[in-house]
Parts: sequence; C-alpha cells; structure tokens
Amino acid sequence: MSGTWMTTRAWLLMLPLFVVMVAVIGWPLVDTVSLSFTDAKLVGTGGNFVGFDNYTNMLSSSNFSRTLVTTTLFAVISVAAEMVIGVLAALLLNQEFRGRAVLRALMILPWALPTVVNATLWRLIYNPEYGALNAALTQLHLIDAYRSWLGEPGTALAALIVADCWKNFPLVALIALAALQAVPRDITAASLVDGAGPFNRFRFVILPYLAGPLMVALVLRTIEAFKVFDIIWVMTRGGPANSTRTLSILVYQEAFSFQRAGSGASLALIVTLLVTVLAVAYAALVRKTAGSAA
Amino acid sequence: MERKSPAFSVFIHACALLLAAVILAPIAWLFIMSISPAADLAAKPLRWWPQAADFSRYRQLLSTAENSAGAAFTSSLRNSLEIAGMATLAALALAIPAGWAVSRTPAIGWSLSMVIATYMLPPVALAVPLYMGLSHLGLLNNVFGLALVYLTILAPFTTWLMKSGFDSIPREIEAAAMIDGAGLFQTLRIITLPLAAPVMATSALFAVLLAWDEFFYALLFTSDQRAKTLTVAIADLAGGRVSDYGLIATAGVLAALPPVLIGLVMQRALISGLTSGGVKG
Repeated sequence: MSGTWMTTRAWLLMLPLFVVMVAVIGWPLVDTVSLSFTDAKLVGTGGNFVGFDNYTNMLSSSNFSRTLVTTTLFAVISVAAEMVIGVLAALLLNQEFRGRAVLRALMILPWALPTVVNATLWRLIYNPEYGALNAALTQLHLIDAYRSWLGEPGTALAALIVADCWKNFPLVALIALAALQAVPRDITAASLVDGAGPFNRFRFVILPYLAGPLMVALVLRTIEAFKVFDIIWVMTRGGPANSTRTLSILVYQEAFSFQRAGSGASLALIVTLLVTVLAVAYAALVRKTAGSAA
Repeated sequence: MERKSPAFSVFIHACALLLAAVILAPIAWLFIMSISPAADLAAKPLRWWPQAADFSRYRQLLSTAENSAGAAFTSSLRNSLEIAGMATLAALALAIPAGWAVSRTPAIGWSLSMVIATYMLPPVALAVPLYMGLSHLGLLNNVFGLALVYLTILAPFTTWLMKSGFDSIPREIEAAAMIDGAGLFQTLRIITLPLAAPVMATSALFAVLLAWDEFFYALLFTSDQRAKTLTVAIADLAGGRVSDYGLIATAGVLAALPPVLIGLVMQRALISGLTSGGVKG
C-alpha cells in the first residue's frame, strides 16, 4: 500500500472531526477576533469598526487590572495548595495502614462531584445564618458571632480557594500516588542502605519520579484555574464588591450582562492570549522535566 | 527494609483519619442536610444529626406534578441525560475514526496537536459567536444546540484518549489480518474495534462526566425547562430564594450520584486515562 494513499485515507477519516471543529471552534474564534474590532451589541446587527479601541479601553481600565490580580491570586494560591496537599496525601496513601484501600477509593469522591454541586455545597457550609462552618466554629468557641464568609471582601476569595482546593487536591494526590507506585523498591531500599534521611530520600530519590506527572498536573490545573468561572459564579457571582471577580466573570458581564459583544470579545481574546502563553510555557516545561527525569 | 516504629505507625494512622475526615465531612454533611427536617437545619445551635430522617425531599424533587419544584428538577435531569448522551455519541463517532487515523499515520500527527490545542481555549473566547450562531439557527434553549456546542469540549478530549488507546494495539495484528485477506473495514470491525472496546468505554465515561459537569455554556444558551440542564437548575436553586436549604442539598445529592457512582466503579480506568492522557500530551 502506498504512503500517499495511507495519508489520503487518514485525512478522509479525520474529515468529519475537522468539519465539526471548524464549525464549532474555528469559525467562532475567527468571529470573536473580528467582533473585537467593532462596537457590536449582543443582539441587533452589525456594529462599526473601531480599530483597537476595545483593547486599549480594556487594558487601561482599572476593572481589568484588578480582575487580573484577583484571577492570578486565585490560580496561584489554589494550585500551589492543591499541589502541596496533594503530594502530602499521596505520600500518606503510599504508606501501609489499615483501611488504605478504602481511603484511596474515597479520594475519587471530590473529583467526581460536579463543580456546581461542590460550589453549592460550600455555599451552604459558608451560609451566614445557618451554615455549618459558623455553627462548628461557634460551638468550638473559635468565633463569638456568625460571620458572612462569602459576604465580606476580606474572606470571600479565601473561602472560594478552600472550596476549589477541596475538590481538586485529591486528583493531584491520585496522580502523584500512581507515580509513587512506579518508584522501584530496590532504589528506595538502596538509598536507605546508603544512609539517606527521609528528606533527602524524598528530594533525590522519589521526587525525580514525581516531577513529570506533577508538572503536567501543575500546568493543566493552572490553566484551568486561570479560566475559572463555574465555582465563582455559583458561590459569589464575582462579589462582594467585585472582590472575587475573575477574568471569565468579567467577560461574561461585559458580553452578556451589558450586551457589549465587541468589547467582551476583545477581553475574551486577551484572556485567550494569557492562557496561550501559559500553555506554551507548559509545553516547554513538560519537555524539560521529561528530559531531565528520564 | 525500613523498620517502622510504633510512634510512626500511630502518626500515619492519625494522618489517615484526618484525611478521611477532610474528604468525607463535606459530602456527609450534604447528605445529612438532605434528610434533616428544615427546623433542624435552622436551629441554633445547629443540630448535626436529624432527630428523624426525612426523605420527603427526594420524593418532592422526583415527582413530576405540574409547576412543582419536582417538575423543574426532573425536566432538567432529563435534559442533562439527553444532552450528555447525544454529545457523547457524536463525540465518539468523530473521535474513533480520527483517533485511529492519527495513531496509524504519524505523518498527520500535527493535526491532532491542533485539535488538542483547542482544549486550552477558554470557553469565553467562543461564547459570543456561538450565542449569535445558535440564535440565528433557532437552536438557543434547545437540547440539540447545546449538545452540538458540547462537542467543542468532548471531541478533542475523546480523540486524544482514543488515539492513545489505538497506540497500544499493535499494528502487526492488523497487518496479519490483512495478509489473511481481510479488507480494511473488515479488519477494523473484527480485530481493532473489539480490542479498543475498553478505551471506547473509558472515553465515553469521560465524555459523559464532562457533559454532566458543564455549566458555562448551559447557563448562557438555555433559559427554561425545555433545555436547562441540572447544573443550571441547581445554580438557580442555590442562588434563588429557596428557604429550605435541605431541598438544595437534595438536588445536589441527586446530581452527584451518577458521576460519583461512575467514579467509584471506574476508578482504575479513570485514573490511568487521566495520567496517560496527561503524560502523553
């Protein structure tokens, strides 16, 4: 069978996927680009060409810079916490103890819980009048009066980060555990004979095995956290006083609440560009760790 | 081997208990809220354990009586099932031939990278044109329209999984069947697809989970019981003026049940899918 026919056949088999991808991703993306140079409204026709006005207005607005800071804070803190807690949990789950199989199985629960259900659950836990957190802290005499955890700008973002971490650290733990189980036993045994302490053993013997999978998890989680919408929309809608408003929430408000499609499109593309930079850094990092760990 | 001291063993067990509590407490509380009488949930100090288990909210939400909370919930349940089912079938129909083609023809591997790259796109980058397009086609607030939009998420992911699945099936088996006189489609039908069945099942489950979980597009593109999905219905309940928090918790338990069962049963396959998918990217 000739190579040309093989390639042609492969393209024919790819064709349905390509047609659909162009229709639901390619065309909308191109259209977003062209909208971003207009003052189009969400409903109604047309809109006038305005050049880079949307971009310059957006980039110079205090809304944008504040939202960028909020998004970065959310992404960096929640992903860092998920990584640290996830690896610690994986090291624990790799030890021998009674009930280990059950605990490993339970780790899938937060991951499997739909994002919106998780957000709703934590919203109920943080409820200012009847929430379990207020009740527990009061009954333990840690606070005197019920607080509005999601209603105060000082605590809302932290409360969201806790809820996001709880859902996502178990996945990091499961990925890290799978990597830990791939560490050959004779290597850890040899390092013991050589007198390596627990910290050095983790740093020099175990961590190289974890680095690749963890790097992938780290960057995929960072990109996801940067795009975050669902959990914030359900728990705070970006409030109070916009203290939890992330970039995706700002795009939603601009394009759909205020119906400014053109300006919303320009902001969406700025977000896309930031995510692309993260993704390219991802590819480079993964290649580098894969090279050094092998 | 390392000898574990008793103190170390106690420490490990204590940590394990702490981890179990962290994982289980919120989920257990969701379930307890769903069966606690409303008065218990509003009591101060809060009653952590219901005096009598009250399952009436489950009956209430699953009833189909007109204009009840149940009617809105059951219609959103049906919509979620329909949309997840349709989008998953369509995604697999696209992903299986494409995944096989890329797996067997390395020369076009770059095209898969392009498809996967779209997975990084934030949905907000597509939302406005998709909204206008669906509106133009009369597919806003329509289960078919939303299922079509879900292909933006499901198709790249399932193609990626299917490709790594086909990679693990040796080409030599296909070549041997062809030498024995089987045509290409016969070979695929008799040899390759049966061997790829487990990967197809894993991909389908992932696709269902992704569709079941989706919220952003559903929020934008649906407006009433004809197409609203479970996630939107629950967000409505959580953000609305429902005074009975137990009812919100009940809706959460019911929406979480299918993915949690899938997760527990398919744990091993899901994790290997996640790690292999992640590492091979």
